[in-house]
Amino acid sequence: MIIEARELVKEFNGLRAVKGVSFSVNEEEIFGFLGPNGAGKTTTINMLCTLLKPTSGTAILNGYDVIKKPNEVRRSIGLVFQDPSLDERLTAKDNLNFHALIYGIPKRERKRRIAEVLEMVELADRQNDIVRTFSGGMKRRLEIARGLLHYPKILFLDEPTLGLDPQTRSRIWEYIKDLRKKEKITIFLTTHYMDEAEVCDRIAIIDYGKIIALNTPKKLKKQIGGSVVTITTARNELAKKLLKERFSLEAIETNNSLRFEVKEGEKFIPQLVKRLGVEILSVELHLPTLDDVFLKLTGRAIREETVSKRELMRKHWRRR
Amino acid sequence: MAGLVGIYTIWYRELKRFLLDRARIIGSFSQPILWLFLLGTGMGSGLAKVFSRGGGTEMFPGTGIDYLEFLYPGIIGMSILMTSIFSAISIVWDREFGFLKEVLVAPIPRYSITIGKALGGSSVSLLQGVILLLFAPLIKVNLSFLSVIKLILIMFLVSFSLTSLGIVIAARMKSMEGFQVIMNFLMMPMFFLSGAMFPLSGLPEWMEKLVKLDPLTYGIDAIRSTILGAHKIEVAGKVLFQIPTYPLSYDITIIAFFGAIMIILAVVQFNRVE
Ligand SMILES: Nc1ncnc2c1ncn2[C@@H]1O[C@H](COP(=O)(O)OP(=O)(O)OP(=O)(O)O)[C@@H](O)[C@H]1O
Ligand SMILES: [Mg+2]
Repeated sequence: MIIEARELVKEFNGLRAVKGVSFSVNEEEIFGFLGPNGAGKTTTINMLCTLLKPTSGTAILNGYDVIKKPNEVRRSIGLVFQDPSLDERLTAKDNLNFHALIYGIPKRERKRRIAEVLEMVELADRQNDIVRTFSGGMKRRLEIARGLLHYPKILFLDEPTLGLDPQTRSRIWEYIKDLRKKEKITIFLTTHYMDEAEVCDRIAIIDYGKIIALNTPKKLKKQIGGSVVTITTARNELAKKLLKERFSLEAIETNNSLRFEVKEGEKFIPQLVKRLGVEILSVELHLPTLDDVFLKLTGRAIREETVSKRELMRKHWRRR
Repeated sequence: MAGLVGIYTIWYRELKRFLLDRARIIGSFSQPILWLFLLGTGMGSGLAKVFSRGGGTEMFPGTGIDYLEFLYPGIIGMSILMTSIFSAISIVWDREFGFLKEVLVAPIPRYSITIGKALGGSSVSLLQGVILLLFAPLIKVNLSFLSVIKLILIMFLVSFSLTSLGIVIAARMKSMEGFQVIMNFLMMPMFFLSGAMFPLSGLPEWMEKLVKLDPLTYGIDAIRSTILGAHKIEVAGKVLFQIPTYPLSYDITIIAFFGAIMIILAVVQFNRVE
C-alpha cells in the first residue's frame, strides 16, 4: 500500500469540503478520483501532498505520515496541479533546473534527467524558450515533465487534461500510459471526464466530500444491470409513473428525459413501445458508463454544462 | 542541508529573474537617476538662493554640501526601499500565477523559503544600490575604498530588513490589488518621513515622532553619514541641520534590530501560509 488515507476531513471556516475520506492505493496502480465540481478532489490531493493540513484524520504516503514527516512525503511525490504553476518568465529549461536544484538532484544527474524528461514530452527543441510563449498543452506537458524529474514514487495529476483540446488530451494520456509501462510509478489522478476515468485501475467516486463508491471501472459499471435506456416522451411525469406500474422500473429524470436500467435492452424496447401507453418521442440505448453509475448513486449527472463553462475559463487562464 | 539548498535555490531564482528582466533593470536605475538629477538640480539651484541668500550653491550654509549631495544618499535609500518591497511583494504574483505551490511542496523547510526570498530580494536591492554608487563621481562625491565596503554592508542590512518587512506583508496578501494601498500608505510615507529629501531638523513634534518610527530614517542616515563622511562637515552646520542625525553605530543598531524582528516575523507568518 503506497497511499493510505484515514478519515481525512478538511473544513474551511465551517464549510466541510472533505467529510471523512478513507482509501488505500496499491503500488504501481493508476487510481482515479471522479467527481463533479466542488466534490473535494483537489482538497483531498492538497492534504495528501502536504499543502493543506487536515482538520482531522491523516494519511500515510510511501510509509511516511503527511503530518509528521512532510519533507519525506514531499520527496516521494511529484505533482501536476489543476491550475498552472510554472514560472512563465523563465525558460522551460530554467523551470526544470529550478526543480532539480530544489529537490537536491546532484549536478551530474541534473543535465541527463532534464534532457530525458524533455525528450519524453517532446519539448526538447523548445527548452530555451520563455514559458510564456508556450501553448496550454505545451505548458501542461512541461508540468508533467517537471513532476517526473525527481523520480517520484507517486505522481499526482489533478485534472491533467482540463481545458485542453482533444488531440492534446489524447497525447497526454499516451504519456501517462507509457509512463506506467516504463517506470515503477503509482499514479493518482482526478478527473471529471468519464472516458479518462476508464483508464484507471480503480476509481473512487466522490461527491460532496465523501467517497460514495470505490472499485474497478468494470465492477462499478456492473452494478448497473445490462444496459441503460434513455427515452423522451410527450408526458414524462406520467411515463415515469407508468414505468413503475407496468414494468416495475425506477426511472431518473434528467434533462427532460427518463433514464432507467434493463437487463436486455434490445428485447425490451419493442415491448416498451407497445405497452407504455404514453407517446414516445425518442429512444436511446447504451451500455453502462461511469456517468450512469454516478447518476444512479446520486440522482444527478456530472453536469456537462458547468464543465464546459468552467473549461472556457480555464482555457482562457491557460492562454495568459 | 535541505535548508541550505532551499535558501540557495530561492535566492538564485530571484536573481535570475531580475537579470532576465531587462525592462526592470533599466527602470530600476533610470528612475532614481531621474529623481536625483531633476529634483536635485531643480531644488538645489532654486532653494540654494533662498537659503544662502545668493551666495554660492551650498544649500546648508556652513556644512560645505550642496543639495544634490544631500539628496544622493536619500535617493539610494528610496531605490533600496522600492526594490526591496517590490521583490517581497512578488510572492503575491507567485501565488496568483501558481508558482508558489511548486515551492511549497518542495522538500525544503518553510523557513528556508522565507530566508531565501529575503536574501534574494536584498541582493537585488544591493545590486541596485551599488549601481547607484557608480554615479558618485558625477555628483562630485569622493568615496574611498573603505567607505564603499562600509556602504555595501550598510545597504545590505537595510535591504534585508526592508525585504523582510515586505515578506511580512506579502505572506498574507491574496492579490495584487492591495499593492496600491501599500504604495500609498506604507512606502510613500516611509520615503517622505525618512529625511531622504530634507534635513530632519526643526520639525514639528508630531512629525519628529513619526520620523523616529520610520526604519528608513536610520538607513538613510547611515548611508548619508558614510557618503558625506569624507566631507568633514563643519561642526556648526552639523548641529544646525543635524546632518547626520544620529551616530552611525546608533543607526546600525536600530536597523539590525528592526531587521532581526522582521525576519523572525516573516518566518512565522510564512510558516502559516497554506
Ligand atoms: N481555500 C479554500 N477556502 C475555502 N473554501 C475552499 C477552499 N478550497 C476549496 N474550497 C471549497 O471546498 C470545496 C471542494 O473544493 P475542491 O477544489 O476540492 O473541489 P474539486 O473536487 O477539486 O472541484 P473541481 O472539479 O472544480 O476542481 C468547494 O466547495 C470549494 O469551494
Ligand atoms: Mg479540483
